[in-house]
Amino acid sequence: MSEISENQGVIARALAWIDARFPLTKTFESHASKYYAPRNFNVWYVFGVLSMVVLVIQFLTGIWLTMSYEASGENAFRSVEYIMRDVEFGYLIRYIHSTGASAFFVVVYLHMFRGFAYGSYRKPRELLWMIGMAIYLVLMAEGFFGYLLPWGNMSFWGAQVIVSLIGAIPFVGPELMEWVRGDFVMSGITLNRFFALHVIFLPVALIALVFIHIVALHHVGSNNPDGVEIKQNKDSSGIPLDGIPFHPYYITKDFVAIVIFLIAFCAIVFYAPEMFGYFIEKPNFEIANPLKTPEHIAPVWYYTPFYAMLRAATFPFLGVDAKFWGLLIMVGAILIPTVLPWLDRSPVKSMRYKGSISKAMLALFVISFFILGYLGTIPPSPFGTATAQVFTVIYFAYFILMPWYTQAEKTKTVPERVQDH
Amino acid sequence: MVMRLFRSCIRFVAVLAIGSFTCVAFAADTTWPMKEFSPDLDDKASLQRGANLFVNFCLGCHSLQYQRYERTANDIGPIDPDLVTQYLIHTDQKIGEHMTSSMSEEDAKRWFGAPPPDLTMVTRVRSPEWVYNFLNAFYADESRPFGANNKIFPDVGMPNVLLPLQGITNEVCEGKVAVDITGGLTAIDAPRQDNCFKLETSAGTGMYDAVQFNQATMDITNFLHYVADPTRQEREALGGPVLIFLFVLLVLAYFLNKNYWQDVKRDPE
Repeated sequence: MSEISENQGVIARALAWIDARFPLTKTFESHASKYYAPRNFNVWYVFGVLSMVVLVIQFLTGIWLTMSYEASGENAFRSVEYIMRDVEFGYLIRYIHSTGASAFFVVVYLHMFRGFAYGSYRKPRELLWMIGMAIYLVLMAEGFFGYLLPWGNMSFWGAQVIVSLIGAIPFVGPELMEWVRGDFVMSGITLNRFFALHVIFLPVALIALVFIHIVALHHVGSNNPDGVEIKQNKDSSGIPLDGIPFHPYYITKDFVAIVIFLIAFCAIVFYAPEMFGYFIEKPNFEIANPLKTPEHIAPVWYYTPFYAMLRAATFPFLGVDAKFWGLLIMVGAILIPTVLPWLDRSPVKSMRYKGSISKAMLALFVISFFILGYLGTIPPSPFGTATAQVFTVIYFAYFILMPWYTQAEKTKTVPERVQDH
Repeated sequence: MVMRLFRSCIRFVAVLAIGSFTCVAFAADTTWPMKEFSPDLDDKASLQRGANLFVNFCLGCHSLQYQRYERTANDIGPIDPDLVTQYLIHTDQKIGEHMTSSMSEEDAKRWFGAPPPDLTMVTRVRSPEWVYNFLNAFYADESRPFGANNKIFPDVGMPNVLLPLQGITNEVCEGKVAVDITGGLTAIDAPRQDNCFKLETSAGTGMYDAVQFNQATMDITNFLHYVADPTRQEREALGGPVLIFLFVLLVLAYFLNKNYWQDVKRDPE
């Protein structure tokens, strides 16, 4: 680049000028045009980039919503309706943001499932996985705080239920709960602090974590459906034989995925933004009312598997209230995937070469996640609670028994090189 | 793997379907036979009649505090602003203002126990079907403070406002056939309070006949369905071009990607 002569184009000269002061070309090469990703990625590998797309969507629509939103107990609900009715294309911005929240969890859950299936958490990607889990936690918090902001009746009561869980912590619970709310009840004060966390602290944390997630990824390189380390087979110039430059190959491939995603996303935004009460719940079209509890309080779908587990704890233990154990189970269920790298003792990474017990356990895990997710959306019943208890046990069994079953089963031989399908 | 993704998606859709079915089942928690109703936002005449009925019969107590007269007039017409000011605005409000009731909250509390709810989004909180059935489920009940009760919303704290249109409506309670131990028919009970699944309007007591009244309640519900989500039609109309653009983009993206990957597939390796 430094040998550019005077008669070269203005763009080349501008680039040389920048490169002398900022590593633009170098960065582009090391992270795109000369960054080698495995050539055998399948459809499961698009959800990482889709998460980034949704992050950008949420970030941009969030900025525009903030321009017209008013964070106060008196005016929050009114300002959302103002956005929906009086702001130019406000309804579109709002529905993109509310649909984006659900879309975020759809792609993140699928992204995580990919990691479960192909052992993307295994050495040397433990830290990459843990950073990803941190992103997931921040995302859950972001969604929770954001859901209070429209100040609808379900916003209010959903937040009320979750914040009241803090009160179940022995000894310090009630004081802690008051500290979190900033008031004796859920109020405009709570709304304001949730707003601050939702629009400043958590987005900054999210973007920082996503950045280091990618730094870590590009340091260790991507896993792939075969679980073969492509860096172990390099040609004479040091390029992985099974690798392919991220740019242009995966840029073009991801672009196809992004367009397909946007088609599904826009279909929902334009034709079913409430998604039959799953993305925006009916009671949220009514202003928050501390005196009027909705008939059935359920969180948005992406929290319902954990909500079902929370409700599955029905009896006190060691003299402590059932609610506290429910809280522990819920937090445990959210956090337990963090330690996956140390639970999986299989000699192979990918589900393709693991034994039948691993495959069956993963299937059971997915089924339990869906069933718990469904149970979390419906009002409690004795049968529902019993079912939730069974599937909570299965959910945890997938993790807790993993050190045993991954060693006990017979695995297939992993090929030397990635397989093209 | 594609199959697995496909199967996961099917499962997700199934859960959604079961979930929404359950929601419907819970919404219909009354034994009152609900009549079907599907709103039609393209029927401008119905929306205009609904608006007219709403400002005359409902707006006295129930506000549409997030909806403006002007937007309403433009969306359901367009209606000439002068006509709106003359026939739809019965207060000293300007056309750009929200459609609010002029009853003060203090008075409302004193008269009804609680202020009448804002109805801007009632069809989204309940459903258009619920509102339509509610309007048709009032009947005379001397035991209630306003002389009226409702089959869908028992002991509702409001009078039967549409009474002059509908006419005097009473509930009809049917007797139950009692069966003795030997299986023989013994007697027919007197009408029972828990077996009143019918309402009967005395002909000629209202301004409208049954068909006209039914149409009036449909118009009001249709109008409220519009008010709950006034940008629905604009949104749905915009969806088509956006999706067409994305499908065209998809074709281009697909061939661009195929073009690049051709080289890779040809790799003898």
